[in-house]
Amino acid sequence: MGFPLLLAIIVTPLVGAVVVALLPAARTEVAKALGYAFTGATAGLCGYLLWHFQTGDRGFQFVYDQPWIPGLGVRFTLGVDGISLFMVVVTGLLFPLGLLASEKYITHRVKAYVAWFLLLETAIMGIFLTLDLIAFFVFWELLLVPMYFLILGWGSARRKYAAMKFFIYTGLGSAFLLASTLVLGFLHQADTGVLTFDFRTLADWNGLTGTAEVLLFVGFMAAFAIKAPLFPFHTWLPDVHTEAPTAGSVVLAGVIIKMGAYGFVRFSFELFPQASVDLAPILLVLAVIGIIYGAVVAAMQTDLKRVIAYSSVAHMGFVILGIFSLTVIGIDGAVFTMVSHPLTTGALFLLVGMIYERLHTREIGEMGGMWNVAPVLTGLFIAAMFAGIGLPGFSGFVGEFLSLAGAFLYERPFAIVAALGVIFAAVYMLWPFKRAFAGRASGSVARMKDLDQREILVVVPLLALSLFLGLYPKPVLDRIEPAADRAVRNFERKTDYRSPEESRDRRDTERRVEREQRRAEAREGEQ
Amino acid sequence: MTLAALEITSSYYLVLAAMVFTIGAVGVLTRRNVLVMFMCVELMLNAVNLSFVAFARALDDVTGQVIVFFVLVVAAAEVAVGLAIIVAIFRRRRHATADDLLALRG
Amino acid sequence: MNASDILDYLGIIPLLPLAGAVILLLAGRRIGEPRAGWLATGMMALAFLGSLVALFALLSLPAEGRLQVNQVFTWLPAGTFSVGMGTQADPLSVTWLLLVTGVGLLIHLYSIGYMHGDPLFSRFFAYLNLFAASMLILVVADNLLMTFLGWEGVGLCSYLLISFWYRRNDAANAGKKAFVTNRVGDVGFLLAMFLIIATYGTLEYTAMAPAAEIISAGTATAIALLLMVGAMGKSAQLPLHLWLTDAMEGPTPVSALIHAATMVTAGVFLMCRAYPFLEVSHDASVVIMWIGAITALLAGTVAIVQPDIKRALAYSTISQLGYMFLAIGVGGYEAAVFMVLCHAFYKGCLFLGAGSVIHGNGDNQDMRIMGRYRKFLPVTAFAMVIAWLAIAGIPPFAGFWAKDEILVEAYAHGDYGVWIVGTAAALLTAVYMTRLIFLTFFGNARFEGADAALAVPVVSGGSDEGDPAVATAHGPHGSDGHDGDEDPFEDHPTVVFGEPPRPGRLHGHRPHESPVLMLVPIVVLAGLSAVGGLLNLPFGKLDFLHQFLEPVFEGAKGVKATTAQKLTAEGLSVLMALIGVSIALLVYRRGLRSPDRDPLVDRLRPVSTLTGSAYYWDAGVTRFVGGPGERGASWLNRVFDARIVDGAVNGTAWLFQRAGRAASRVQDGYVRRYALGILLGTVAVVCFVLLWAGR
Repeated sequence: MGFPLLLAIIVTPLVGAVVVALLPAARTEVAKALGYAFTGATAGLCGYLLWHFQTGDRGFQFVYDQPWIPGLGVRFTLGVDGISLFMVVVTGLLFPLGLLASEKYITHRVKAYVAWFLLLETAIMGIFLTLDLIAFFVFWELLLVPMYFLILGWGSARRKYAAMKFFIYTGLGSAFLLASTLVLGFLHQADTGVLTFDFRTLADWNGLTGTAEVLLFVGFMAAFAIKAPLFPFHTWLPDVHTEAPTAGSVVLAGVIIKMGAYGFVRFSFELFPQASVDLAPILLVLAVIGIIYGAVVAAMQTDLKRVIAYSSVAHMGFVILGIFSLTVIGIDGAVFTMVSHPLTTGALFLLVGMIYERLHTREIGEMGGMWNVAPVLTGLFIAAMFAGIGLPGFSGFVGEFLSLAGAFLYERPFAIVAALGVIFAAVYMLWPFKRAFAGRASGSVARMKDLDQREILVVVPLLALSLFLGLYPKPVLDRIEPAADRAVRNFERKTDYRSPEESRDRRDTERRVEREQRRAEAREGEQ
Repeated sequence: MTLAALEITSSYYLVLAAMVFTIGAVGVLTRRNVLVMFMCVELMLNAVNLSFVAFARALDDVTGQVIVFFVLVVAAAEVAVGLAIIVAIFRRRRHATADDLLALRG
Repeated sequence: MNASDILDYLGIIPLLPLAGAVILLLAGRRIGEPRAGWLATGMMALAFLGSLVALFALLSLPAEGRLQVNQVFTWLPAGTFSVGMGTQADPLSVTWLLLVTGVGLLIHLYSIGYMHGDPLFSRFFAYLNLFAASMLILVVADNLLMTFLGWEGVGLCSYLLISFWYRRNDAANAGKKAFVTNRVGDVGFLLAMFLIIATYGTLEYTAMAPAAEIISAGTATAIALLLMVGAMGKSAQLPLHLWLTDAMEGPTPVSALIHAATMVTAGVFLMCRAYPFLEVSHDASVVIMWIGAITALLAGTVAIVQPDIKRALAYSTISQLGYMFLAIGVGGYEAAVFMVLCHAFYKGCLFLGAGSVIHGNGDNQDMRIMGRYRKFLPVTAFAMVIAWLAIAGIPPFAGFWAKDEILVEAYAHGDYGVWIVGTAAALLTAVYMTRLIFLTFFGNARFEGADAALAVPVVSGGSDEGDPAVATAHGPHGSDGHDGDEDPFEDHPTVVFGEPPRPGRLHGHRPHESPVLMLVPIVVLAGLSAVGGLLNLPFGKLDFLHQFLEPVFEGAKGVKATTAQKLTAEGLSVLMALIGVSIALLVYRRGLRSPDRDPLVDRLRPVSTLTGSAYYWDAGVTRFVGGPGERGASWLNRVFDARIVDGAVNGTAWLFQRAGRAASRVQDGYVRRYALGILLGTVAVVCFVLLWAGR
């Protein structure tokens, strides 16, 4: 085993967090510099990972495996595949930008902020990289702590409520996750005599009975659906988004809410294939409701940040739709959306944060006419807005299109209803935009300053990346696809599910061609 | 009545221990002065110690005596901490009535 | 380098205006006022040259070999499905290239004059160039998804350009409405693509014809109709037409370029590309044919009573687009393309002329207070008269040939129903265009009276309107100094039906002609409207366009009209045109007796109220969305989300909190009571052990 790259990705921010925590509180500039250094180093490691990732490999790469709690069969296993790769890379990208965006906003207790922020990165990286269920749970819970303190320490007016809601609500889901994990491990032990929580071993084991599988699936689903967030478990998201500091919102929308979807693809699919296939329609219904419902409710918000928060509910609906279409094209699209959504929504949250720093309000009614005084801000907002709407050319469209196409292949009504979300997306973004940016500027808006260099530097990379991936998504899709393909083949191997990509209409078509040919031959024979 | 007739069996010790324990328990429950309550707790502890020793003697098993030593050590530590707390309370409020210490109320 | 090599580089044409747009967006302010316009125009000129090169390269190939597909790179690879970015050079795409770059070039040129003095001058040209780039991508694409990229790109630019004067509430709303309405159509487009993926797995145009052969007729119908839903959005067909009239809030060159000449024809382009499905599916053809015919007729009835010059032209555009879809429905794809070209010429001319009129009379769009403008705007008047004759269908101008070819096709195809509707719409076309021209340029001059009778108190600074050099700084986007003026109509330039005539905005001055830079494109387009028919004369071998396009529509079951059929259909339509012109002349020859008395409107009451309000469809939709729609959404937000969904969450929390409170009463803080509890507990345990467990 060479250099433990994945371990380094997890440990680097952790070391940073400890070092920053030990600093004297007055040395804010040192804390900031160390924050940039450690998030930057992690980003560099992620870049290295991206560069050396083998495209086309269906399995896990850079695997690192150490015993952790031998008595309980818990190991510290890390590995990366096409699904987790980009989540790790996006996390690595978002954290330095998040710190950069916090420059002006975070003025008190900087040291603690940086330390919690670095710990948050460790937790997220751990979640996406571990292949041991217990270690996964540990990181899953570890995430709550820094997030709780970030909201509580640097949030807005109702931060106490939001922090508590986040902690308890997502913690509640975790309880089900832990129970299901333990039951799964012990069932495996009873069957084979080996106590292990290693994901790959459990995925290969095929000894679950139908009822147990469904119950365990539901247990995992409780954690993932709350985190995703799937309708009707979404209400914590707008509250937390509005109260969290900008960087927290960016990370939350960027990667934390992807963890639910990630959990479905990584764990639920492989561990409970039959239950996934059987219960897919339920999740699809929830996803479709989420798409429409999130969009409609987003349109009615008066707080700009809540608009974007609810739009995330709709976007995550598309992700779940793609995932539970159980097709390669749909899963490709869903994972791609998970990569693209942080870029577009991250940019939107950053811009809203910048507006808030200037106007000290997020109420759309108190804005109006910003286009007159801040053309650069408006221009970037327009770009981010249309990227979020899913305009072709931006990355959002690629994911949405593929997810919908996958759902259409799987079961048409879902896709047809979900496609209506495309209309609502335009409504819920353009309406607030009009109220906030068009018209004449007055009051504090008229005295508002446009973006400065630093702020432009924070937002532009995200939008540029979104544009690039919208026009040339191939590098990303090529790396996702083997893993997506593995997931679908896994279904076909373990269950009687057959992917519609290869069947149904195209088979119909082939049959019709054959029939025509036969008829033509028959006619020739008659003559 | 000879001295032999008045043989002291372990039940005597146990009865004594029970009595001391009861005195301690009633003391804890009825007295308000924290210092007195504390002394009553010590009484209860020593009552238990007494019964341990009695059992150790009767059963011819040294374990009971070992446990007594543990209890003594813990009691010593407890005395140190407890007295410190009581002194701290006295410094703050000039008297030490248990019913005034309501910080634990839910 | 031979012709097919050249055609491989077709992709460069959209990149030219795209480069212009990027430069202008990044450095537009530094480039400054006239130069930004010239840069954009130069890019369009280069693109036009490129399109000409493509045309000649294509013509040098044999007719059946005029199809050159070049896959540039793989765009979306996902599983078994994959879409590329590539170009398809064939007569259809090259025709549209020439149309977009040619008309686009003229309108860019015009805009340099029209937008003079606007503080956002360079941004306007950035958007225009971006629009041209998107439209060209739409056209050169070799597959549906790449066309969709351009399709949404033009939607974005349309949004930005309609809302260009974003300080006006109406303009900002109109842009939003256009985008959202188009999105409704886009859902159809998307679903059509999904159905194609599900059925035969590739979105390339070249695969359509072979696929249409093997898929079932039902699937073909579904695909064609779903694509038609997309086309209905972009090309403003019933019932998704309601954004186009509001789109007139944008600067007039935008109305000419996007909402008359190019973008709205994208739907026609799409249906031409999808013709193999139409050939298979008779049902879809019938539906499309009737949508087109009804749109042509109804929009015509709305146009004849509009008081606003731009709105009248907008409804006219909807009506003319209806003709194009009618043509597609009856299988006359070449006729539809011919109509697209001719319509671009004369409607472009009419819109630019209208812009010149609006520009020349103080941003007034109310025709009721115009009149006799030929004295003041002679060149504009001359050009618009030619375009009027063209659109009205008077031979030998372009519109006659185009419209009559469609009607002949419908007649020869045996679809007498749509033929009658189409011919009736031709009558309406002649009426509303004659009315527009005569109200504007002929009859009595009503602007003077309007100014005297209805004028609001004039602020002294208005004298700059007379000076041609300063007068171009006009309208809501003019200098900020105008903000002080209390002009109630400055934010609402559009005159809706039923509104009383507006006070004149000339403030005692005379209407004036526009600068040469604006007149040149108008005159060029007028010339094209006069001679555009030469492209496709229905005599012998003179139908160049038909011959050029024929290989694209290989296998289309076109009907060859007999001479008798031609004479019947054409004769009747010319007759209708003449009757229409005569009716309008009778009514409007002398103009209006008073600006608030429109004889046609008065005489046709109450029908005119119904048609003038566009059959209340727009108002109804607006009322539904703003009323029950918004109330429902608001209910979801305030009640369902906050009380029920989140209420369940908070209710659970509340329940546990209450339970905890209740239980915490036990913890009263009296240490002795805790000790008593411990004691009793111990006694209970001991009793339990002794009495039960011991046994």
